Amino acid sequence: MNTGSPLSGINLLQRVTMGFKRGLFKKKRRKLPERTREDLGILVFENTSEVIQAERILKAQGWKVRVMGPPPGIQSGCDLVIEIPLIEELHLWRLLDQEGIPPLEMVPVTAPLLKPVDLFHVKDFGDYLMVRAANMKLTVEKKSLVIVNVSGGGCPDVPYLARMMVGKPLGEAARPNTMGHTLCGYALELALQEMERQCLQ
Amino acid sequence: MLAIVGTVPDQAFPLVSGRVTLEKEDLSIEGKSVSVNRGTPALLAAVVKACEVLGDQGVTGFLVGDIGLGNGSRKLYRYLTENLPAMAVHTMAFHYLQPDVDWHNKIVFAVEAMEQKPVMIADAGFMYAAKMSGQAGFYDLFTPDAGELAFLADETAPHPFYTRGFILHDNNTVEDLIHRAYHHENGASYLLVKGMADHVANAGGVIATVDAPAVAAMEAMGGTGDTLTGIATALVGTGMAIPRAAKLAAKTNRLAGFYADPTPATQIIDVIREIPRALAQVLNEDDTK
Repeated sequence: MNTGSPLSGINLLQRVTMGFKRGLFKKKRRKLPERTREDLGILVFENTSEVIQAERILKAQGWKVRVMGPPPGIQSGCDLVIEIPLIEELHLWRLLDQEGIPPLEMVPVTAPLLKPVDLFHVKDFGDYLMVRAANMKLTVEKKSLVIVNVSGGGCPDVPYLARMMVGKPLGEAARPNTMGHTLCGYALELALQEMERQCLQ
Repeated sequence: MLAIVGTVPDQAFPLVSGRVTLEKEDLSIEGKSVSVNRGTPALLAAVVKACEVLGDQGVTGFLVGDIGLGNGSRKLYRYLTENLPAMAVHTMAFHYLQPDVDWHNKIVFAVEAMEQKPVMIADAGFMYAAKMSGQAGFYDLFTPDAGELAFLADETAPHPFYTRGFILHDNNTVEDLIHRAYHHENGASYLLVKGMADHVANAGGVIATVDAPAVAAMEAMGGTGDTLTGIATALVGTGMAIPRAAKLAAKTNRLAGFYADPTPATQIIDVIREIPRALAQVLNEDDTK
């Protein structure tokens, strides 16, 4: 009898082979429940400086927030947003408002967010060490731990930050997360953090 | 007029436009002095030094103070949209400006309103905006470094900060990334890709590669990409074909770096100082005239 099943008329061997190809006989791995997007929201800010400040404040208070790129539908704000647990919206909003950097809006996450570059390249020049994060490079003299050069980037705060940082030792130099205003500044902060991890820990 | 548009890392620096000269080792424009570090001042200084060999091209700067807040850049964008249509400019390089697609597009309209479109060169923040706007094809030359090339190759990235990891991966060759950038219409007519080897390319692929002299320390130095763009701009400004200008600029920048004998701690002014000597030698040895 023809059941109408697409597999009717196919012998057992063929079924087994097809099943194998489909992975039906693979050992099933138990997946840990992933955090659903539905419980995440993003805080949108007027400019990148505010995002950098807000991240610093929230992380200093122990909040596990992430800086991400906005989804395409967001028309206001800048090129960075802060991903937060949706349930904490009111609390975090109030906290940032008290600090003088209220977000423009909070939007539930419904589409994938752009992830910042998380690749670091470290290059050893002998007496000097260079770290690259995204498009920014930071170089330190190993012996003195003095920042000797900053390169890369294309936003106008890069030459400004370079002027503030070059010639200063790690730990004493101005930080891009307090003095920077753009994505390049944020990338330079990541390079600085990685350099500190390499040299100070 | 050869025009350079960019920013100075000083919030108080006003919007100025005018002829640029080097006084000792500082730039001078409209009675104001700008120290030459990295960024647009380094590009401008490289252009001025190259013109010591190439001859005066009326190097004109359009500069404003901006430390990343974007207010200076927006002031400069507005000035250019209002004034460019009446200007006569043969070569124009846009550099460290706050990436802003709306303002970028207004600049494009203003350039289209000029009697003659200049040779258009973009680097740094303005190149980011040009790519984001989907109008890379309006430009004659982009001068990305290797990381920025990956950004051009990533059709979804709005900034190099968001370039996807699989594109940044070392297994991707420069040739792959160039192909991908053009496939997604994110390349200017020509690309001068700065890196361990410098590549001159167009939509057909790599035209020339320059890898000597190799000065490893230059990778760590701030401003070496700015000087390369500056030398290329000066050469293009003489009327030289872009592929040849890009190739000679790459050779000159490397040779200037070689003569500066740098460490990773060397500052860019030491390379800029050597540009006339290096350029004269490269032009003298060039057999592609």
